[in-house]
Amino acid sequence: MKNKKINGYLLAGIIITAFLLLLTVYGAIHTPYSPTAYTGMKFEAPSAAHLFGTDKLGRDIFSRVLKGMGTTLSVALITVIIGAVVGTAVGAVTGYFGGLVDDTLMRINDALTAFPSILMALLVISLLGPERKSSLILALGIVFIPSFARVTRTAFASLRDVNYITSARLMGAGNGRILLLHLLPNTGRVLLPALTIGFNNAVLAEASMSFLRITPLETSLGYMLSEAQGMLATAPWYALSTGLVIALLVFGVGLIGEGLQQRNKEA
Amino acid sequence: MRYTFKRIGLLLITMLLVSFLTFLAFTLVSGDPAQTKLGTEATPERLAALRQEWGLDQPFFTRYFRWLAGFFSGNLGVSYHYSKPVWDLIASKVGVTLCMCLLSFLIITVVSIPLGIWSYRWVGGPFDWLRTAFNQLCMAVPPFFTGMLVSYGFGIVLRMFVPGNVPDLHTNFGAAVKHLFFAAVCIAIPRIAMTIRMMRSTVISEMNKSYVRTAISRGNDRHAVLTRHVLKNSLVSTITFLGQTMAEIIGGSIVVEQVFGIPGLGRFLVASIGYRDYPVVQTIVVLLAFWVVLVGTIADLLNQTIDPRLRLGGKA
Amino acid sequence: MKKKVLAITLVLALALTLLAGCGKSSAPAAATTTETPTASDAAERPNELSIGVAQDFDSLDPHHATAAGTKEVLFNVFEGLVKPTSEGQLVPAVASDVKVSDDGLTYTFTLRQGVKFHNGDTVDMQDVVFSIDRNRLAEEGGAALIPALGVIEDLSYDDTTLTLKLSEPSLELLSYMTLAIIPADYDQQETAPVGTGPFKFVSREAQDNMVLERFADYWGTPAKLDKVTFRIIENVEGLVMGLQSGALDLVMHLTSNETAQLSTKDFHVEEGSMNLVQALYLNNAVKPFDDVRVRQALCYGVDKQGIIDRAFDGYGIPLGTSMFPSFGKYYDESLTDYYTHDVEKAKELLAEAGYPNGFDMTISVPSNYQPHVDTAEVIKEQLKDIGVNATILPVEWGVWLSDVYGAREYQSTITGLTSDNMTARKLLERFGSQISNNFTNYNNSEYDEILAKAVTSTSDEEQTALYRQLEVNLTENAANVYIQDMADLVAVRNGVEGLTFYPLYVLDVSTLYWAD
Repeated sequence: MKNKKINGYLLAGIIITAFLLLLTVYGAIHTPYSPTAYTGMKFEAPSAAHLFGTDKLGRDIFSRVLKGMGTTLSVALITVIIGAVVGTAVGAVTGYFGGLVDDTLMRINDALTAFPSILMALLVISLLGPERKSSLILALGIVFIPSFARVTRTAFASLRDVNYITSARLMGAGNGRILLLHLLPNTGRVLLPALTIGFNNAVLAEASMSFLRITPLETSLGYMLSEAQGMLATAPWYALSTGLVIALLVFGVGLIGEGLQQRNKEA
Repeated sequence: MRYTFKRIGLLLITMLLVSFLTFLAFTLVSGDPAQTKLGTEATPERLAALRQEWGLDQPFFTRYFRWLAGFFSGNLGVSYHYSKPVWDLIASKVGVTLCMCLLSFLIITVVSIPLGIWSYRWVGGPFDWLRTAFNQLCMAVPPFFTGMLVSYGFGIVLRMFVPGNVPDLHTNFGAAVKHLFFAAVCIAIPRIAMTIRMMRSTVISEMNKSYVRTAISRGNDRHAVLTRHVLKNSLVSTITFLGQTMAEIIGGSIVVEQVFGIPGLGRFLVASIGYRDYPVVQTIVVLLAFWVVLVGTIADLLNQTIDPRLRLGGKA
Repeated sequence: MKKKVLAITLVLALALTLLAGCGKSSAPAAATTTETPTASDAAERPNELSIGVAQDFDSLDPHHATAAGTKEVLFNVFEGLVKPTSEGQLVPAVASDVKVSDDGLTYTFTLRQGVKFHNGDTVDMQDVVFSIDRNRLAEEGGAALIPALGVIEDLSYDDTTLTLKLSEPSLELLSYMTLAIIPADYDQQETAPVGTGPFKFVSREAQDNMVLERFADYWGTPAKLDKVTFRIIENVEGLVMGLQSGALDLVMHLTSNETAQLSTKDFHVEEGSMNLVQALYLNNAVKPFDDVRVRQALCYGVDKQGIIDRAFDGYGIPLGTSMFPSFGKYYDESLTDYYTHDVEKAKELLAEAGYPNGFDMTISVPSNYQPHVDTAEVIKEQLKDIGVNATILPVEWGVWLSDVYGAREYQSTITGLTSDNMTARKLLERFGSQISNNFTNYNNSEYDEILAKAVTSTSDEEQTALYRQLEVNLTENAANVYIQDMADLVAVRNGVEGLTFYPLYVLDVSTLYWAD
């Protein structure tokens, strides 16, 4: 039914995301001003010269947001990929084999869920050295493993004893083959929404870390938003522009997820 | 009953693991409690004296087991930064955070469950896409961004509460709850959207199952089928989801406490990590872990009661 | 169908009303609290003040407290035999009289009669000796709290006078006699401190607040306010919000960006100085900063006034060495312009040192302190002009203390160094090559020689001259890229007056009052 509507979410999501991605790529190559140079007075209101106005050091907020999107996007994407790949592997093993492996890994999983991500970030930075971006990515990646593991584990466990899997096993297919060829494609149903929610959470997590000044990344959207909080009275455009860009970023990806899910359901 | 015991056993194991991980993290994280305490006034002699006083010169396992023994005998240790027993420091903060999280949970449940059921009726309707899009938008706005706007708008412009001054929970419960309400709403908004979305898709997939189609084709009222069968069957996944939400609210509360200046557990945790005040951090982390695992366990046990088939599955 | 929809709508509406009602029903309760002292209700305004602080207090035991923010506030609760005035003089406090022998080896203190502790007891000589010994003698298994008191060779006393005999002359001993006098045999100082100051401690909630009340039996000029509440809000955004919302009446240590957020209808801003040396501190032991020409090049390359104008709206006093103006006689103003901003000269020096194309460097900055982060960002831009490519590493404070300050594993860092008593020694001794807190690894034999002479000098004049030589030495050898003594902007609610600035990092609450 109503294929048009279903593709509507997907289309809208793709348009928004593509637009933001294009801006990010554009920002990586060229920004109207250098994001760190002083190109105006402090706290200039938005104008043709400075689309989003200027910040407390007189830097162009639009250029900074462009750079910030790159930082935030790359951190979120890699984080989700780490979380999804490792999490799915853990979920597959625990869900498929069950027993002691399951019990052990899931306890560690629970422990990781309860472990504060701030402490994890500090830990990874201490171990990897002060190169913030890769440390933060790894730390958040680890933080995201448990949720993916939990989601996929249920999917693998529920498929384990389905007829065609049992027959595949009887026909002599190895565990690895069954996991990869028969089970993995079937977990897409749960993995897909988990991915979009994961991306959502990753953007917010990066922003939170910068916000708490644990691992501030230069020109990240979260860091800029935290700076902007104290300037709501004199420069509301600072908080609004960064906050809305974060929201739009997550919104676009959320719509894609919604669209994909609905299309899957139809199929 | 056996299952309940097993769950409680698993709960304890998880907490042990968390406490061990935290302890391990401390030995690896750079930043020395003694150096942090003494700051730029530190001299090698005073550093050594402090490390000795806190037992940091002992081997790792000695320290861990000493802490563990203390924990089980109700002695949570003394804070490095405040020189006060840990429990005296965090008792009031547990109350504040718990109150805020329960409030937030209440809002989520009260708003999202009726809307979630109701949302089934929108499916295919002319404005369904608009509702779905709005739902997605609510999920996309970060709680601390909402928090900034709310505390500025309601707090400073409208003066409905005073950001940075939370009334005492014991002496002035009503005022404190009113204050925490604003923060709780900020945490709740994206969660409400998620819960509605989850419920909606569960109800839809349940409605498409053959038993429902059969029931309806036999002339049963759609709505009666919905309330009698479908809702009961989607209750399990809703409870699981809400359990998870309850656990995640705590994590989300850390940043929101910072934005609103609420003296809760999350803010205390962040500050104590900053001070490298390990006895405090250790206790808070274990408390949070207890919370996360407890909520999961309760959700599980509830589900067993609703749907005894799950018990036969037997796996944790 | 429609009926059902209606029913559900009703349920929802009911739920929402309940929630709203929940919020409303608690509103009257809120109204009865005295939480928002706004300028309008001056008539019933209680004679109290709410002050925002960014750092939580640590131990409240005045001898064990180490955080600058704790000492800043405990200044109101405790006093020593002598205490500093806002002019930087030391005046008798718990002692009524101080005599120093001509050879600088004997100090005689007369106990002021009838000084009361907050618990009602009268201060006697036992308390004084206990307090001094607690700092002077090594603790069990540890070191003395104030190693400098080791010069006291002999301590003798009767009921009214205390005599200290020194092993070598020390002009700085009196500064250390500001140490808090506390009751002997009272073991609750950590949590319920008792002193002799104009304010007494009432209560404290970690990460939330500390309450002080006027001490009625204070021996000196009594405080004007009845009660002061310090509220802890770690992030400066939160402090600004607290001022705007009415939760706070006064916040110290703000920058112009923050005070700009406040409406002049409600607040006025008073300007003092932070009394610290903000600089780009260089690790003199690592390449390329082991070469004096490179360090000088950086000094020419950095435009101090440019930083102050760009990041601090022009507030701040440019510095050229490790000393600031409020230290009066020790401060040598002529050193400020020793290196004028000169890109060409900087490039020449770099080329001479073998870096014609500049080099890459890192600047570690404590991430919790925005003014230093802003400074780093401006410096980074300035250094581009001389071909130096700087990367900013924001470091969490605990990591900064252990890795940068403690282990000295860094290239350069921005911080502000301060002194908690009125001695130039505190600021200058740390650059001696054998000193344990010389985190810049400055190593200059001439400096070490002058320092040794200065510390043991018996003549104030000679000592001052020697300290000034040390300052010249630091500037000429470009030990660090000195920037400024930062402005201390204090946001004060209109109607509150009497704020006094000290040359030390203290906030004197006793002079504050509501003008009606």
